[in-house]
Amino acid sequence: MSNFMAQWVYSPIVKDHFMNPRNTWSEEEHFEADGIGEVGSLACGDQMQVLIKVEHDTIAALRWLTYGCASAIASTSMMSELAVGLPLEEAYFLSPEKITEALGGLPEHKFHCSVLGDKALRAAIDDYLKKTGRPNPWQSQVAKVICECKQVTDIQVEELVKSKEVTTLEELANVTGYGTVCGKCKGQMALLFDQLTHLYNV
Amino acid sequence: MEQSIIYLDNNATTALHEDVIAAMMSANALYGNASSMHEMGRKALAAIEESRRALGDLIDAPEAAIVFTSGASEANNTVFNLFRQRIDLGSSRKRIITTTIEHPSIIETANYLKTLGYRVDFCPVDRSGRVVMSEMEKLMGDDVALVSVMLGNNEIGTIQPVKEVARLARRHGAYVHTDATQAIGKIAVSMQDLDVDYLSLSAHKFYGPKGIGALVVKKGAPYAPFVHGGHQEDGRRAGTYNNSAIIGMGVAATIAKRDLAQEGARLWALREMLREGIEASIPNVVVNGSREHCLPGTLDVSFPRAEGESILLYLDLEGIMVSTGSACASGSLEPSYVLLASGVDIELAHGSIRFSFGRYNTEDEVRYVLEKLPSIIKRLREMSIR
Repeated sequence: MSNFMAQWVYSPIVKDHFMNPRNTWSEEEHFEADGIGEVGSLACGDQMQVLIKVEHDTIAALRWLTYGCASAIASTSMMSELAVGLPLEEAYFLSPEKITEALGGLPEHKFHCSVLGDKALRAAIDDYLKKTGRPNPWQSQVAKVICECKQVTDIQVEELVKSKEVTTLEELANVTGYGTVCGKCKGQMALLFDQLTHLYNV
Repeated sequence: MEQSIIYLDNNATTALHEDVIAAMMSANALYGNASSMHEMGRKALAAIEESRRALGDLIDAPEAAIVFTSGASEANNTVFNLFRQRIDLGSSRKRIITTTIEHPSIIETANYLKTLGYRVDFCPVDRSGRVVMSEMEKLMGDDVALVSVMLGNNEIGTIQPVKEVARLARRHGAYVHTDATQAIGKIAVSMQDLDVDYLSLSAHKFYGPKGIGALVVKKGAPYAPFVHGGHQEDGRRAGTYNNSAIIGMGVAATIAKRDLAQEGARLWALREMLREGIEASIPNVVVNGSREHCLPGTLDVSFPRAEGESILLYLDLEGIMVSTGSACASGSLEPSYVLLASGVDIELAHGSIRFSFGRYNTEDEVRYVLEKLPSIIKRLREMSIR
């Protein structure tokens, strides 16, 4: 990290977005959303909701709500600025790295736990496509987060099982830390693990 | 009121008292090595021994050995290390009992010993963060070497029934340690009355300098050095005496004893003023800890639907310094283990703020906090998922 830490905990851009978050959904505003996405949980300490309006397959407007730390608020705010005006496909692949870069960087330990805006946006686009009955051509290309607290994805688990680096759920927990914080992913992880061990004959 | 710094994080550390600063400045002239026989050495040693007396006086331990350490963390480690050594040497007492809400210098040391195969039990606490005596009774036995229970909790301020624990431990022949770091200067601490064998403290929590503290060892209690390599402290802790820090701590101890009664009452009044103000101006808040058994200057509050780090940083932007039990501020993903061990819901732990008062805080400052805090909480809650 650069030496702005002495000045404040985060970069000046993060500070600005924390103090003046953009595109938040105020209680008074009636926002007719075409798609709604939600990720995280209160137990994890970060939870967010993204609402989108879609026109001509681009993000026409976006509102969000976040329960979380300063970098969660700032990164969702930054995501909202980057996303508006983007074609759906580009918005779907908006990466946490891109959001972090636009924020002027984040401390290492904040990157994984607090940059969730891209995932909430993706969930909102999924919701929009589902509601309009359209196929989702991008979903299979993106890793799905199973454990939100430790950001463990299905692709990551698949690789660990495939390479036989882990052979039991206990080992998987030791390697990835899944299920150790809020624990709500445990059932889903066990199911996925079962499928993968069958698939790769572990 | 114009924005200045409002420091409400006195459980983290305190400012030096002006008399401590003055004493430490003049102590720089006493640069002699207190182990030296010559005049410069003797002068330094005399001042150090004066500090030792002042400290013994503060905690009512006239006959105990006071071992100066780098702070309470070292003092705590010294105690656990010495009982580890006794177990290694074949003592029939092979178990240590502590609690789930101790300072990390106890919890992590205990967990470290567990990884090496030692037996350590953690006594649970109730919703107010107080040791459950019936559980302590169940854990106690004649195989217990040491029981370590803190006097006042750093995060929620809960005062522990150390005297009762000591009485119980005595019946089973176990030795007793208390980490009194947070209690010193806030409530009366008498080592004789508590009837403990070991007591840890740290100067920077009561307006003394950082990097100095003490382990107080009751006369006759077993001892083994943690830091080897010198005859300082009667062979109990090696390392050249830190003259100015020890002298500063001595002055801080004298002031703490002198001002104890009035400071305790004043801190409680400020704490209660803030608690009442928060409860009156902010809906849906949860005050953590014990109302009956609480260190006077500590107020820990959870704000549902507002996250701790965000509250802390919005307050920081207003010049108000506090701490939080939120995971985000800790650098890990887990929120405060003290709150979780007390049965506080994980979401409430993420949204917890600790206000800790000290001798330089005023009622005006509490009013300023009450002016700023409600709108911060409101703003964060409006941003939260509905």
